[in-house]
Amino acid sequence: MSKPTISEDAIFSDPLYVEILQQLRPHADADTNISPQTSITRDLGMDSLAIMDFIFDLEDAIDISIPMERIAEVQTISDLVAAVHKLQQEA
Amino acid sequence: MAIFDKFQSLTDNHDLVKSFGQSPSSLQFEEIISPTEAVLNGRRTILLGTNNYLGMTFDETCIEKGVAALREEGTGTTGSRIANGSYNGHKALENELAEFYGMKEAMLFSTGYMANLGAIGTLAGRGDYLLIDADSHASIHDACKLSDAEVIRFRHNDPVNLAKKLERLADKPGEKLVIIESIYSMLGDTSPLKEMIAVKKKYGASLLIDEAHSLGVMGATGRGLCELAGVGDDIDFITGTFSKSVGTIGGFLVSNVPGLDIVRLASRPYMFTASLPPSVVATARAALSKIPHATELRTKLWDNATQLYAGLKNTGFDLGPQVSPIVAIRLSDPQKAVALWNGLLDAGLYTNLALPPATPLGWYLLRSSISAAHTSQQIALAVELCTRIGRELGLIPCPLKTGASVEMMNVGGTRKSATKPDSKRTAEPKKPAAQA
Ligand SMILES: Cc1ncc(COP(=O)(O)O)c(C=O)c1O
Repeated sequence: MSKPTISEDAIFSDPLYVEILQQLRPHADADTNISPQTSITRDLGMDSLAIMDFIFDLEDAIDISIPMERIAEVQTISDLVAAVHKLQQEA
Repeated sequence: MAIFDKFQSLTDNHDLVKSFGQSPSSLQFEEIISPTEAVLNGRRTILLGTNNYLGMTFDETCIEKGVAALREEGTGTTGSRIANGSYNGHKALENELAEFYGMKEAMLFSTGYMANLGAIGTLAGRGDYLLIDADSHASIHDACKLSDAEVIRFRHNDPVNLAKKLERLADKPGEKLVIIESIYSMLGDTSPLKEMIAVKKKYGASLLIDEAHSLGVMGATGRGLCELAGVGDDIDFITGTFSKSVGTIGGFLVSNVPGLDIVRLASRPYMFTASLPPSVVATARAALSKIPHATELRTKLWDNATQLYAGLKNTGFDLGPQVSPIVAIRLSDPQKAVALWNGLLDAGLYTNLALPPATPLGWYLLRSSISAAHTSQQIALAVELCTRIGRELGLIPCPLKTGASVEMMNVGGTRKSATKPDSKRTAEPKKPAAQA
């Protein structure tokens, strides 16, 4: 995955980032602090099945399909924001 | 060695399983007595987890045909059909498969796993789209890795979610191939096939269904879910395996789409591995010829499945959503799941232990698969053992008064005598089980 194109400051006001956090909460360990650099696979106590469910919820919420090869490239939340923006541009 | 470091979490998981006794991956049967019994650790054991749905592994005709082919044509083909050519049996079996399914063409593969790799991985190429169910079998996931197509998952058995995903692709060029399974191998739930077909038709997609667990098991002539649902003409591709109801090994792809033959020259899992040995082909042909007429076996299989499902449900186990020849007890506590599996094994009952992430929704599953060759006594004993050990582990409630002591008495000394020899095999004299 290429480095996210969004700066750290900009990401906090990005509606997509806010949406991702909202969709992530029910799947993640309740007591974790989430930041743009949080690793979805490592830091949130989510296994591959929980991640898949989270992705399904996110897809429904923002009406987009995220192909598996794109998901495979994502590590942090900021990666995911960038990947979804890229998909939205391609659509 | 550092090269194995990346397997640490696998090792940890495996160590946990081993700490309770036996490990599913290292069991070794000393003797196979029949489709439903084997000797394990010196003990006669009921096999309730071998996908041997019709008990075909010891069918006399299948054995004879296999032995004859072994003598006449030798032990193997020593190469792929592209390099070494086909034997008559390969072509004959393909014709018989096509006829069985009422489809135009059929292609053999060396296993069902390879059939999915070779079909899915080849049919969908660059610029195409693969839409796969969230609970897909490993062979389907691996096929996706082999394909250059874009892979999109939809929620398990959810035609509405599939429709949304196809809708988003509506303007994109490129073929859309939807992949589903007839019976999902972990929980035994079936695909809502009619709804799936309505969706794929609406969006002009193709549909491939893996009938691995339904061949011989569903439909009036054993063709599977497609036959049961009466939707044969709407299916574009079917993959399947000989490793379950057919009782041997091998896989296939059948299709009504004209021109399937070219896949033989494009599919690497077809081209670059040895073809099925003649004895296996002969065995599969014999089994396949029996399947359309095996109505009694199918009835017995479903009776057994219903007996096991109802028996376990009644004592309070949480099972998969519907009666099927795959019956899975859903458990949330890994240690108790492993303990239950081990307890059953010690009591002479072999089942499958399935752990996340191979299982849906992170369940720990005690999975059993039923055979037409099981007697109802064997099924009753399986229910009894699961109930007793399930209660001991606190997985299911104990009855109030008649209680545990009666249960214990039943099982303590009578296990072996209650294990009636399998009636399907009594027609034929059989070597006695080693320690029974
Ligand atoms: C749904 C499904 N597809 C394919 C396969 C692979 O079959 P085979 O054992 O012939 O490789 C299996 C069996 O494990 C299966 O459950």
